Amino acid sequence: MVKVIGLTGDEAVAYAVKQCNVDVVAAYPITPQTIMVEAFSEYVHNGEVNTEFVCVESEHSAMSACVGASLTGARVFTATASQGLALMHEILYIASGLRCPIVMGVANRALSAPINIHNDHSDMMGSRDCGWIQIYAENSQEAYDWVIQAFKIAEDPRVLLPASVNLDGFILSHSMEGVEVLEDEEVSKFLPPRKPVITIDPTKPVTVGALCLPDYYFEVKFQQIQALKEAYKVIREVNKEYEVLTGRKYGLLETYAMEDAEAAIVCLGSTAGTAKAVAKELRKNGKKVGVIKPWIYRPFPEEDLIKAVGDVKALAVLDRACSFGAPFNALCNDVIGTLYRHGKNLNVFNCLYGLGGRDMTPNDLKSIFNEALEVAKTGKVKEYVKVVGVRE
Amino acid sequence: MVRLKDLPTEELFTSGHRLCAGCGAGIIMRMTMKALRGPTIVVSATGCAEVASTIYPYTSWKLSWVHVAFENAAAVASGIEAAYKAMRRKGMWDKHVDIIAIGGDGGTFDIGIQALSGALERGHDFLYICYDNEAYMNTGIQRSGATPHGAATTTSPAGRKIPGKPEFKKDLIGICVAHGIEYAATASPAYWNDYITKVRKGLEVEGPAVIHVFSPCPLGMRHDPSKSIELARLAVQTRYWPVYEVENGKYRLNIKVPRPKPLVEFLKMQGRFRHLFQPEFRHEIDALQKWVDENWKRIAALCGEKV
Repeated sequence: MVKVIGLTGDEAVAYAVKQCNVDVVAAYPITPQTIMVEAFSEYVHNGEVNTEFVCVESEHSAMSACVGASLTGARVFTATASQGLALMHEILYIASGLRCPIVMGVANRALSAPINIHNDHSDMMGSRDCGWIQIYAENSQEAYDWVIQAFKIAEDPRVLLPASVNLDGFILSHSMEGVEVLEDEEVSKFLPPRKPVITIDPTKPVTVGALCLPDYYFEVKFQQIQALKEAYKVIREVNKEYEVLTGRKYGLLETYAMEDAEAAIVCLGSTAGTAKAVAKELRKNGKKVGVIKPWIYRPFPEEDLIKAVGDVKALAVLDRACSFGAPFNALCNDVIGTLYRHGKNLNVFNCLYGLGGRDMTPNDLKSIFNEALEVAKTGKVKEYVKVVGVRE
Repeated sequence: MVRLKDLPTEELFTSGHRLCAGCGAGIIMRMTMKALRGPTIVVSATGCAEVASTIYPYTSWKLSWVHVAFENAAAVASGIEAAYKAMRRKGMWDKHVDIIAIGGDGGTFDIGIQALSGALERGHDFLYICYDNEAYMNTGIQRSGATPHGAATTTSPAGRKIPGKPEFKKDLIGICVAHGIEYAATASPAYWNDYITKVRKGLEVEGPAVIHVFSPCPLGMRHDPSKSIELARLAVQTRYWPVYEVENGKYRLNIKVPRPKPLVEFLKMQGRFRHLFQPEFRHEIDALQKWVDENWKRIAALCGEKV
């Protein structure tokens, strides 16, 4: 019997966390993540979970408490958004450097100034080099599914890295959808209690967080590079196991109508849903367009992207965060880097869109698809970085 | 009060660290370890005691020790305490774990005060120790909220116009006590048995406890490294550093100083106050003496002592 319940994106995350037998949640409220901590507090106060919920006084302390808790061998979760993630920035690097498999829900929101509570990806993109596994969900279902999988990926001894599950603020965090949920026992079986490798067990003394000077620091960082490479394999394994359990197929990225596509859009998160719908419409008129949606942003799904691109002649890469002064924005830089590295020479242009919650409409996407088809046909890129939907 | 023969001979903070000769922090760490009662985890904020004791692949700590960052020792301790609580409840762990968070004055008075306040308010069961050498000594002697009035640091230099730090020291214990915690105390390493007894008391309290201990710094205070303990004693005997404790809101003066030595005796041992002895700045010494007198009066009154 498939169980479907109505959940907002934030509630879906909290529901998944409830089923994951988490030992410690340390979190601080911030719009649009707040529903996650509110929903989880309800579970705690109604005795539905056995978790220690630390209501910290800031996101900086949230991540710090998570690191401390994770080092004991506990399973740990936190959630944040925007300014909160920015405040955590320092400790994000320490969480990955100390190899703490913390899972964090991020309801993506714009960064100040000016202050804005709506969606874009500036928060996570601002911390994209923090050494975390970074996952982007398209809808509440994916947010739920990825949280459960994220613990298993993060805690795998071959990986031992923290993971963020990103969902678009308000667009997903506050929108209710039907979510297919697992039974608690099914989750417990899929995700048994964490088996930590090294802990700060006081009966087995260990020094954690020592000062590493130029003679050792680089090797420690190199191990993180290797661990993120290992994560490719582990993610695939976990996805496969999850598919057996749920019938839902996940991977490093998702493709839509790419088999014979001439042009495609590459984008993250909820925009991919709209892009798929628009592509479907355009295909009715014989326009061969497709969509590539990386689920995993870090480690970047290079091989899968090359495979997905196939014989496509033009790509439009959509970025919902601005890399001020850079030749391209973040996702596009990664796509172009991947294509170059694999000897793929095709035309790519970048669209910066949706900052501070500006809507990306089906019409916007339609013109981007049409422009991509034009580029595919002519072999010429008119504008390498377009800014979509802004008043100039 | 603990006696010398009661102390364990085992050293959990071992020699070989890179702290300076005469460093108060090293002495304090070693003494702290003498007060343990069972499985213990130390969380260290960034600072002298941290960088000098754990230069990879070496460590001075023969117990589990964690360093995460500068401003968050209390938050990290909160997470560790919460985790053991949860794991004990779930039957994944069966022992009690004592948690000691340690920070310098920069990591406590300034950048870490928010994390400390949060942890005290939430009531985590841990002991916070602030070893106060009265400036950012690790980065090369910059003024902090704990630096006394008049002291010269690299960011409050003894200038021709402004002679050292214009502001006065923050009242850390006052701030901590205002959280309604069960135990808070000040100490000086010159009174080792008082300090070690207090550490043990702080561990025995169920909930947060704070100890604020004076930490001589030959490099930053500019004193003779062989005179660190003498300086730590003078700090108390001049009434500059009142040694008291607050148990469930009740203040007690642990070291009475009926005939205080003049503050100048404490000041003249330290290069950081040398400029105050120039005739044009003598009034600053008076200002500092006045602060000491008033602070003592305030603490003594709280302790129910006659001034």
